[in-house]
Amino acid sequence: MLTVAALAGVMSLVSEPFASADNIFNVSRNFAFIGLIALGQTAVIATGGIDLSVGSVMGLAGIVTGLVLGSGQPLVLAAAAGLGCALLCGLVNGALVGYLRLSPFVVTLGMLSIARSLALVVSNNRMIHDFGPDEELVLALGGGRFLGLANPVWLLLVAALAAAAWFRYSRLARYVLAVGGNEVSTRLAGIPVARVKLTVYVLSSLLAGASAILMIGWLGAVTNALGQGYELRVIASAVIGGANLMGGEGGAFGAVAGAALIELIRNSLLLLGVDPYWQGAFVGGSIIVAMLVERARRGRRTAG
Amino acid sequence: MLELRSVGMHFGAVEALVDVDLRLGAGEVVGLMGDNGAGKSTLLKIVAGNFSPTSGRVLWDGADVELSPLSARELGIEAVYQDLALCDNLSAAANVFLGRELSRRMFGVLPVLDHAAMRRKSAELFAELGSDTRADDLVRQMSGGQRQAVAIARARLSSPRLVLLDEPTAAISVRQIAEVLELIRSLREQGVGILLISHRMSDVFAVADRILVLRRGRKVADKLTADSSPEEVTALITGAIEAA
Repeated sequence: MLTVAALAGVMSLVSEPFASADNIFNVSRNFAFIGLIALGQTAVIATGGIDLSVGSVMGLAGIVTGLVLGSGQPLVLAAAAGLGCALLCGLVNGALVGYLRLSPFVVTLGMLSIARSLALVVSNNRMIHDFGPDEELVLALGGGRFLGLANPVWLLLVAALAAAAWFRYSRLARYVLAVGGNEVSTRLAGIPVARVKLTVYVLSSLLAGASAILMIGWLGAVTNALGQGYELRVIASAVIGGANLMGGEGGAFGAVAGAALIELIRNSLLLLGVDPYWQGAFVGGSIIVAMLVERARRGRRTAG
Repeated sequence: MLELRSVGMHFGAVEALVDVDLRLGAGEVVGLMGDNGAGKSTLLKIVAGNFSPTSGRVLWDGADVELSPLSARELGIEAVYQDLALCDNLSAAANVFLGRELSRRMFGVLPVLDHAAMRRKSAELFAELGSDTRADDLVRQMSGGQRQAVAIARARLSSPRLVLLDEPTAAISVRQIAEVLELIRSLREQGVGILLISHRMSDVFAVADRILVLRRGRKVADKLTADSSPEEVTALITGAIEAA
């Protein structure tokens, strides 16, 4: 969080356009989509798992929503269909990881492939840009603004506050952290570990679906490539935000800050005129630096 | 209170327990001794409901019971495991209340965790145990004795009738051992039955009313502590004396 503020502070001094309303609007909107999914990913990672399928689930949910809209149905129905697909993906992930105790990495890697392929199948590899009678509404939802901020940003804010309260006050979130800390003792304490895991994978998929629906409104069209490669940005956001891949740690604001930081780095490099080919190196480097900082912090805590 | 009748347990071809009888009453401390692999932990896990025996009967207050971790707990059986089964990443209070969190209603409707009440109650339990454990500390920052206090406070929370202790004095300092033995005595005074697994002969002789010795899955002795001696028990464990 401090890092985000520091980088933003430096950039606003160095670069005139950085602090402009337009740039802030764009940057915040760009990371809102990722941040939303990173909230769910953080919960998954806190159980000691990982969800590699979020990008593909986005693609599938986006395509299905687009198709249903294009067939003349209202947004409510289309969104329900898209979220329903996401829900199914999450249920399959969660059931396999939770009840059959398969490796989260392998299960969600499989779902990454399956969901992307299904998106291709149902769309027949077409781009969908006719959103039917509710087109205006869809475009306004994902692409519109309210009080100077993009709608997805408002949604992210609400979701992050809700997630923060959830992490602090809910029994389920306590169990999520407990499972990540010591799965055996959590089971011995009589907590339904499999159900806890199922829930986080479902949450993660649903957030990916919601983000997809917002995103097609912003883009005004949807292809089956929607969300391709996003899983890595989402996981990077969660990890930069303090989620521990070994499980047992993670918070809502961290995930949002992580997403913001990645987008800020990309934006800063652009404004400073750095060759965009360098973006990957800087973003990747920042992930590793974040881990090193975390390690140093933990080292001090254990020593003291 | 608890009675096992000719309980047997095998894992494939391995006979972990053969024909073991055990009776344990309220306010009684039974020390369970034996070499590594003698079947002590298997017996404890049967009573805790983690394993169901392959033969024999388990009775609670005279009635046959089918134990699961949950049903054992509902009957008032609480286990404290050797590896302590704590979540390192959570606070002492969170561990004490794991699976039994206290909640309150925010704005009269929304159920939320009641951190303050859990912290207060854990602090009370630690004070009762004479432990310096702080409710807000993370378990990963704690000493072996403090972890033991968390595990025992956790068992104590539900006012159990039978507490199963698996090597409670294995990983802690001499001063803390005295504290744990004192705690066992105070549980007994409150009428709690205790099944104590320990390698430390002196601890068992200090607190146990009866001693039960297992050797290769069979019960080779079950006698009052007063009628036995550390020498005899050592001989029973190693097999120098066949049975007593």
